[in-house]
Amino acid sequence: MSGNYSGTPLLETKSVSKHFGAVQALTRVDFDVFPGEVVALVGDNGAGKSTLIKGIAGIYGFDEGEVLFDGRRVHIHNPRDAAALGIEVVYQDLALADNLDVVANMFLGREWNDGVAPTTGATDSARGAFRLLRNLLPLTEIEMEKRAVSTLNELAVTTLRSVRLPVAALSGGQRQSVAIAKAVLWNSRVVILDEPTAALGVAQTRQVLNLVRRLAERGLGVVVISHNLHDIFEVADRITVLRLGHKVTTFLRKETDQKEVVHAITAGKLGTVPGMSS
Amino acid sequence: MSNSTQETESPVQSALLDSTTMQTPQQYIGSYWMRLRSGELGSLPIILGLVLIALIFQSANQNFLTPRNLVNIVVQMAGFAVIGYGMVFVLLLGEIDLSAGYVSAVGGVTTAILLRDSLMNPALSWIDWWNVIPIALAITTAIGFLHGFLITFFQLPSFIVTLAGLLAWNGVVLLIVGDGGTVNIQNPVVRNLASEVLPPIWGWIIIGAFVLLVTLLEVTTARARQKAGLRAKPPTIIVAQFALMSVAGAFIAYLFNINRALNETAPPQAGMPVIAAIMLLLLLLLTFILERTRFGRYVYAVGGNKEAARRAGVNVERIRVLVFMLSGLMAGMGGIVLASRLKSVATDAGGGNLLLYVIAAAVIGGTSLFGGRGKVVSAVLGALVVASVENGMGLLNLSSGIKFIITGLVLLAAVVIDALSRRQQQASGRR
Repeated sequence: MSGNYSGTPLLETKSVSKHFGAVQALTRVDFDVFPGEVVALVGDNGAGKSTLIKGIAGIYGFDEGEVLFDGRRVHIHNPRDAAALGIEVVYQDLALADNLDVVANMFLGREWNDGVAPTTGATDSARGAFRLLRNLLPLTEIEMEKRAVSTLNELAVTTLRSVRLPVAALSGGQRQSVAIAKAVLWNSRVVILDEPTAALGVAQTRQVLNLVRRLAERGLGVVVISHNLHDIFEVADRITVLRLGHKVTTFLRKETDQKEVVHAITAGKLGTVPGMSS
Repeated sequence: MSNSTQETESPVQSALLDSTTMQTPQQYIGSYWMRLRSGELGSLPIILGLVLIALIFQSANQNFLTPRNLVNIVVQMAGFAVIGYGMVFVLLLGEIDLSAGYVSAVGGVTTAILLRDSLMNPALSWIDWWNVIPIALAITTAIGFLHGFLITFFQLPSFIVTLAGLLAWNGVVLLIVGDGGTVNIQNPVVRNLASEVLPPIWGWIIIGAFVLLVTLLEVTTARARQKAGLRAKPPTIIVAQFALMSVAGAFIAYLFNINRALNETAPPQAGMPVIAAIMLLLLLLLTFILERTRFGRYVYAVGGNKEAARRAGVNVERIRVLVFMLSGLMAGMGGIVLASRLKSVATDAGGGNLLLYVIAAAVIGGTSLFGGRGKVVSAVLGALVVASVENGMGLLNLSSGIKFIITGLVLLAAVVIDALSRRQQQASGRR
């Protein structure tokens, strides 16, 4: 299912720029993602992919330009602001604690405990001593486990033997699935995946790509960063190409081919797709 | 595109759904065995180790397993266990607290000095056991805060900061105790903390309450989980555990209440040591904090993957500071217990083997030096091993050279088991 491009984008950046010292990492980039679609963000190393998503995720702010969420201008100063809007990022290293089980990892930083209404963000309004006391209330493990199991089932993540296994005991694909399920647990609306299939085997890549599609089917806006064009052509509805901090163009997947995308990424320096017979 | 793969996944899907039904006892034992095989050894090696230690020393000296000596071991281990509670939290973070020995001495010496001065200085006459203990604990907690602050604010390794603490607090103890060399404790409450026993009935009540509480928690958890449709512990297993704990608990309570006076003309001496009850209470409280609260969860998370915890919104630096404060608090309590055992504080307080025994206790009990794995109970189990070995070697009149070597070997064995189980977990982790 492709997204509906006539309405308002879920997330949109308008002419955003970012420089680090003398290095101009992003120059007036427009980017958007609609609900229910998967947008791939591609480009060579140093093209500005990471800078763009880190700006959206609130790791740092953009120097200029604006970010719109649901058509409204928003200011994202830190990851909590992003999480409060419903923007979740799954980083390449997944950020899972190996010694904790699947449930504990999915709820890390936002555990439910007695007497506390489930919160949707990592932010807590309570302060000081009250907050410390709240952190000493018993956790409601059963509620958390139910929610974790139902989320995994909704995403049809079916290869887990138990949600009480430590994450260390999971395969790479299962870990990626847990990280993605963690991102959608909080009624998130935009999920950004950084190289979700890097370091995965063939079967596990298939699992994760199916999972990415299911996120879009749930109406989420999905952004995937990847170097793997085969994966991208399998999963993305649109493909946005960055080069040296500029947006080159956005292709509709159905109207393009790998050769054309490679051409855009490399500015025509490579005529063919490496590893593919022409 | 996805239809064909969903079909191939469907047999596996039932595997996750399986987890929402009640386990049979066979399945429970099966999954326990799986965990063992994958290197999650839990308390198993240490229980085997304790049996081995008991057999060896009992065959060498018939006095080892007498009620009198077992109570001695309990009193001997109390200091290690209480300081070890704090050390477990520190090790879980993947840090270390080398200052715990001398910080405990600061706690002990503060208590002893203030109590002594309250007898001589009218301005300090308001000092008694019930306010001097909080004062001493506040001081050692503040020391823990100082260590934690230095570690997190300047981003220093805990090894270095607490090594500096080890030296500096040793110096402080020497200065406070002064030339006199020894400060005696006159206050009866502090003096008898380590030697006082409870009336026999209380031993039964406390141990019985402990067993009932643990079982009650198991039952309510299993029921709630079953009601919620989650995998629950089978009742047969809970009943078996209850039976096992009851027998063990009754045996321990019985041992505590046997008259252990040296001869029949001496006044009868029986009952559970107060210090054992305190150890048990702290064990329950700290286990609750570590395993049932956000704070405890964050301690594990920081030890497992600091960056993941940080990105999840956990205030990593605050957790680290709080854990070092807890370590200071527990060291202070342990120091008071140790002072009470000797009924005095001398210039060598907190020195000798104390720090190594405390770290050894936590590690022998199953807490990993690499962070992220361990339980509060490991401090008690490890302290029991350390105290048993020390006590047994004392009974055998071994020279101190031999004692050091044997203690070193016990610690080495524990660390090797830790490293092996860790390797096994990694090997089985990436199937």
